[in-house]
Amino acid sequence: MEPILTGRNLVKRYGKVTALDNCDFDLYPGEILAVIGDNGAGKSTLIKAVSGAVIPDEGEITLEGRKIRFTNPIEARQAGIETVYQTLAMSPALSIADNIFMGRELRKPGIMGSVFRQLDRAAMEKFARAKLNELGLMTIQNINQAVETLSGGQRQGVAVARAAAFGSKVVILDEPTAALGVKESRRVLELIRDVRSRGIPIILISHNMPHVFEVADRIHIHRLGKRLCVINPKDYTMSDAVAFMTGAKLPEGVTEAA
Amino acid sequence: MATDAKAATSYEEGLKGASEKVAEFREDRSPLKRVQHWLHQTPSAVPMIVLIVAIIIFGFLSENFFKAGTLSTILQQIAIVGILGCAQTLVVLTAGIDLSVGAIAVFSSVLMGQATFRYGIPAELSIVIGLILGTAMGAVNGLLIAKMKLPPFIATLGTWQILLASNFIFSANETIRSSDIEEKARALQFWGGSIQPGGVKILYAVFLMIVLVAIMSYVLRSTAWGRHVYATGDDPQAAELAGVPTKNVLIQVYALAGFFCAIAGWVMIGRFGSVSPTASTGQLGNIQSITAVVIGGISLFGGRGSIVGMFFGALIVGVFEMGLRLVGTDPQWTFFLIGVLIIFAVAVDQWIRKVAG
Repeated sequence: MEPILTGRNLVKRYGKVTALDNCDFDLYPGEILAVIGDNGAGKSTLIKAVSGAVIPDEGEITLEGRKIRFTNPIEARQAGIETVYQTLAMSPALSIADNIFMGRELRKPGIMGSVFRQLDRAAMEKFARAKLNELGLMTIQNINQAVETLSGGQRQGVAVARAAAFGSKVVILDEPTAALGVKESRRVLELIRDVRSRGIPIILISHNMPHVFEVADRIHIHRLGKRLCVINPKDYTMSDAVAFMTGAKLPEGVTEAA
Repeated sequence: MATDAKAATSYEEGLKGASEKVAEFREDRSPLKRVQHWLHQTPSAVPMIVLIVAIIIFGFLSENFFKAGTLSTILQQIAIVGILGCAQTLVVLTAGIDLSVGAIAVFSSVLMGQATFRYGIPAELSIVIGLILGTAMGAVNGLLIAKMKLPPFIATLGTWQILLASNFIFSANETIRSSDIEEKARALQFWGGSIQPGGVKILYAVFLMIVLVAIMSYVLRSTAWGRHVYATGDDPQAAELAGVPTKNVLIQVYALAGFFCAIAGWVMIGRFGSVSPTASTGQLGNIQSITAVVIGGISLFGGRGSIVGMFFGALIVGVFEMGLRLVGTDPQWTFFLIGVLIIFAVAVDQWIRKVAG
């Protein structure tokens, strides 16, 4: 099977710091790929390079075999790659529907849309409600409620729903359970599986080993700016994974230049 | 491995039987909470209530207050502040502030006047030139703030002084007399014209202000661009990641603010008759427009409030000035009460923003 999304020899430097050092990356169709690594290992930079938020200095990224080069997150989105950032990237004072359609609003058909640029609120609200319900997310009373009046889990749910609704090729989740309680985390993990079951591959960045080992099909271990190895969670324990990512132990067949 | 995995999942076993509902919206709130929520969704309600109360009180205190002439005078007096307030509203919604609105207005009016009287350009064309240059001044603010990342307060504090000084230098402190304009360039005074249904004089400028507020209200609420303005002010990083071109939005907002200021400059010629580089709007326009915006319930932290609220805010100031004058108090009471209102409005804003807590 061909990978849907690949990165080859990606390099990103910030001044004297090399955040990505000839990093490779592969995501296969229909899988949940977890990306783990210690703080400062360059996970975030890798994900930002793939999602268009950072432009790598060198290397190439391909999507479905075609070479791509994003200069901003909007281009990545247009290519079908949706990202749920750790900060969720939602405007707290605006409504759920406004947030789901931020940056890709629907306009009314006909002259009201083309000349007067009027938003088609009814259509946007209907779509938003349908998407939230599709993911079994909520019994909504008011889709026009401001996002800041939602709980952390609810906000995460809305953000995941937004990504799942528009991410036709790849969905990237950055620490989706970091700010959540046990129960809410459980719900989000189910949500992640729901998204995969619709055939959309997911990149999951997380520090939470139990969560990673529970849902991931493969685990990309990132260390010192590059991919150290990719492991199958069935073959290794969590402590192995932690040992690999902190450098306490090396996986078989890998040598690390000091 | 097996034990590891077991240890990992076992801590969640206590969850079995717990409610699976995550994203439910509960609605059991106290009445005060409900008021808070209502205000949260209807930010122009507070100034509207204050306005109605003020009108009723002054109606009781002064028998002349409810005369049509009084009300039309109030509207006439807030016309310029209302238009500058449109500019200020846009900027404040992006969490910025524009101290140069008055200076842009005065400089634009001077440019329109001098283009005709010094360079002999037809008045209609001079107006277009003035509007374009006013927009350009606003765009400079936008570039300083979006591209050079200067804080809006500092950037516009600078351009305020620069533009006002340029205005004095360029005009050589020379006022163009009302009679000259009437004779040679009537178009400059257009907004000073009026209709008089039943003897009550209503300036065209008043209609212009109301139309501009109505248009901007529509744009801010019902277009994607309007939502982007709110999103940019609410949380710029989030807006950027969600795909809003926040830098462009900022530049457009300041440029549009400059355009509104230039319109206000044109209206000033109609209101005052003459073109004067020393018009008090250059110094006071900023404070007056910010006052209208703040009393109108627009949050200085950005992303909250409505332009209709600003309109009510401007009306409140007008009603207080007129009402207290009719009652015959010391005019300082006007400023006293407006000061109280500003603090009240900001306190209410803080309270509303806590709605999530």
